[in-house]
Parts: sequence; C-alpha cells; structure tokens
Amino acid sequence: MLGDITIGQYYPGDSVLHKLDPRTKILAILVYMVSLFIVNNFYGLLGMMAISILVVAVSKVPVKYFFRGLKMIIFIVLLTVALQMFMTPGDVVWQWSFLKITKEGIKQAVFMGTRLVLLISITSILTLTTTPIALTDGIERLLKPFQRFGVPAHELAMMMSIALRFIPTLVEETDKIMKAQAARGASFDTGNLIEKVKALVPLLVPLFLSAFQRADELAIAMEARCYHGGTNRTRLKALQYTGKDLAAGILCICMVAAAIISRTVS
Amino acid sequence: MIRINHLTHIYQKESTSQEVKALDDVSLTIQDGEHIAVLGHNGCGKSTLAKHLNALLLPTEGTVEVDAVDTANEADLWTIRQTVGMVFQNPDNQLIATTVEEDVAFGPENMGMDPVLIRQRVDEALELVGMAAFKNKEPHLLSGGQKQRVAIAGIIAMRPKYIVFDEPTAMLDPQGRREVMETMQRLNREEGLTIVNITHFMEEAVLADRVVVMEHGRIVALGTPREVFSQVDLLKRMQLDVPPITELAALLHKEKNYIAADIMTIEEMVNALCR
Repeated sequence: MLGDITIGQYYPGDSVLHKLDPRTKILAILVYMVSLFIVNNFYGLLGMMAISILVVAVSKVPVKYFFRGLKMIIFIVLLTVALQMFMTPGDVVWQWSFLKITKEGIKQAVFMGTRLVLLISITSILTLTTTPIALTDGIERLLKPFQRFGVPAHELAMMMSIALRFIPTLVEETDKIMKAQAARGASFDTGNLIEKVKALVPLLVPLFLSAFQRADELAIAMEARCYHGGTNRTRLKALQYTGKDLAAGILCICMVAAAIISRTVS
Repeated sequence: MIRINHLTHIYQKESTSQEVKALDDVSLTIQDGEHIAVLGHNGCGKSTLAKHLNALLLPTEGTVEVDAVDTANEADLWTIRQTVGMVFQNPDNQLIATTVEEDVAFGPENMGMDPVLIRQRVDEALELVGMAAFKNKEPHLLSGGQKQRVAIAGIIAMRPKYIVFDEPTAMLDPQGRREVMETMQRLNREEGLTIVNITHFMEEAVLADRVVVMEHGRIVALGTPREVFSQVDLLKRMQLDVPPITELAALLHKEKNYIAADIMTIEEMVNALCR
C-alpha cells in the first residue's frame, strides 16, 4: 500500500560533486546563497544562473530528475513574484482598480523569482548528490565548534541517523497495522476528510505505542554497546578533505569576489 | 569467570508502586569457555538475570562479579560492557546505523578506537558471522536471521569474552533460528567465547554444556542437559516443553527400567530399544 519509499532524494552517481566532502558542499551552498543576495544587477544574476546550470551539468543528475524536485515549489515562486510585482511602490506601468504594476515591481519580481529558483535548485543538487547519512555526518562536524556554546551537535546527528534507520521499519509496521485493521473491516480511503482522519486514529495509536517500545529497547541496546554520548567517540569513516575540496573552496571564494565586484561595477 | 553471589533484584511496578522480587537469592558461577543455557517460563526472571551480567541492572542485594570486577563499580562500567556483550530478542530494535558495516562499527566507535582498527574489526566480525557480502546493505532489507547475525557481529567487533543472548531466536523463523544457533555454537567452539543463552526453546538448551532452570526468580534446577531433562516431572510442572524423545524415554523408563530416563536424541533411543 505504501510501497517503497526513498528517503531524501539521493541520486547515485560518481561525479565530482558526489565525491566532494559533505562539509564542503554545505559550506559552498551557504556561500552561493550569500553571493546570490550580494548580486544586485541583471548581469550578476545571469552569472549566478550560469554557475547553477554548470553545477547541475557537472553533477550528471538527469535534468528530468532534477526538475521533478523543482515542481513542488512552483506555487511559492509564483506567490513571491505576484507579491513583489503588485506591492512594490514606484512608476506605475499598468493599473486595474486597486492592482497596479510598477517598473520597480517588475524588477523586484524577476530578481526574487530567479533568486528563489536558483536557491532551490542549488540545494536540491546538494541532496541529490549526498547520501542522507553523509549529510548528517557533515552537519555534525560543521556544528562541532559550536558545541561549547551548547549546540548539541552529536545528539542532533545521532537523532537524524536513527530516524533514517527507523523510517523504513516504521513504514513496514504501518503497513502491517493497516492490513490488520483492514482485515477487521477498517477502511482508510473512503468517506470525507474528517472520516478519513478519524480512521487514522486506530492506526496511529498502536504505531506510537510500538515506537516508544522500540525507542526503549534501542536505548538499552545502545547502552549495552558502550554508548555514552559523543565524547571520545571515533568514527569508522572519518570525513577527509581532498584536493577536490580545496579546488571547490577556491572556486567559492572567486564566486563571492565576482559577486562583490559586479555590485560595485553597476 | 562471572560469579553471581546471592543476587536479589527488587523493582517497583510503575502502575501500582508495588514491589516485585524479580530475582531471589540467585547464585551461579559461569566458567570461561562454557556454553550455558538459562531456561524458564515468561516472567521467571531470566531476562532480569541477563541484564545483571553487564550492569544494565544492578543488584538490590548480593553481587555480580565479571572477572573479579564488581558490576556495581561505576568506574569499570564500560570495561564490563565491553567484556560482556549482549544480543537482544528483537533484531530490529538493536541495529542503530543505516548500513550493516556502520552498525557493526557502532561499539568500537563508542570505545574510541582508531578508524583503521575499527575497519579491521568490522571486517573480521562480519566474516565470522558470514555477513561480509552484505556490509553495505541497509538493515531493513535483511531477513530476521541475518539481522540477528549482524547484531552478533556488532558485539564481536568489541572483542568480548562473554556474550549473553537474551532470547535471540524468539522472533525468528526456523531458518533464522538455525542460522543464529549455528553462529552461537561456532563462536563457543572455535573462538572460545563464553555463551549464556537465555531461551525457552528446549532444543536450544540441549546444545549447552549446562542448563539452568528458573522459576519465580529462583534457580530450581542446574546441571548438564541430560541431568536436567531427565527430570521430566519438574519441567512439566513448570510448563516447559520437554523434548519429545526425552518425554518418551521417561515414560518408557517407568515401565521398563532398562531404558534410561536421560535419552536425548533419536539415535540414543534407537540404540536403547534395539539392544
């Protein structure tokens, strides 16, 4: 009924992007986001767009696969564009009762719309080329310096990886409970919305109960295997920067520099 | 050697705050290299006993010593848990990581080992349980028996001296049960690991060097499988299933006392009857 679910949207491959350290990729995306907002003219924006297209090309992720992820956000983009277009004050180009479009509005709309699309496309490239577990490792390592300020880096990462480990198990269990309830006459896909939601109660109650039971047993199993938090813990696969990461870093610096220069030029 | 001295464990029921005596003055010595089975009905305290062996639970009264180290000694907690590994009943609820090899690495990682050494231990452990080919697989794609073998590998990678199995086959199909039992026996015979198998399957207990039978938190019988299983009446009273061949032997013994009461295999029975 629930079929196979894939967690995240990782697309297996062996491109340069796949081989980059997850930390590099996360940082590069942050740098890209910043550059995207530094840029304030159309040439700069075109440049950012070119970088985006280049990155997609390098990742070797099929374009179809890539656009599937973009479909989800089309509504948000349209809403942003509309808001910008109608709400920005300035030279009126077109007017109909209280709706008016201004020159500044059009410019803003194009800028924000493009920025948003670029932002989403570059982040989906991150999740398309990085396994969820590598992403988790990367986040843990990046947050580590902030641990002394009370950021629970290790705990967050552990929670994320346990969640990843148990999603398939819980989906399987949901399926089992649904079948058991259906065998006793329950129906999950008839009736109106309220009836459907009500039908979920006998599904969720046993699911939660068993999830708590699992959590309890898992905690004991972890303790029995000497788990005592992140202190003095080593990893089988330690993350390692390579020459590729250095190159990526240099490219990122160039990108920010170019963004700043493009701003002063206009 | 694990030495259990007059161990009593009392816990309070959450709902009624009523005190329950889960273990009542249990004394037992587990020798190095031994394969010992603990039998008993649900709620007889066998799991509680198991959890005392690696300090998951601490005694209310009495002591548990692992290689002469008291488990109540908090400073030695991690040494004890490394020395006494534990495999649990539900294979799903003890696998932590998203791939088999990462899961096996979990224990060594917690011990703060060097990555190179971890890699070596993980490969060895997976080889030993015959799961090396699955090292990059996700746990949820494995069968119950395979998951349980991965869990065993996760324990072996920590190089324990003792492994406590807490009903490891209760949730498995016959095929999975066979896989786990074969692995358990190989670890005992070839690797010299001390095995404590908590179970309610007679056919598993037969494979042990010694059998402990528990009821109401007490040890009611202790001896070789032959000694224990010949006490058919006691086992019946405790609602434990006696192996059919032993039960038959006991019945025949009552009628014709030239047939021994402690027959445990079909071959022995054939020999006894054809003599």
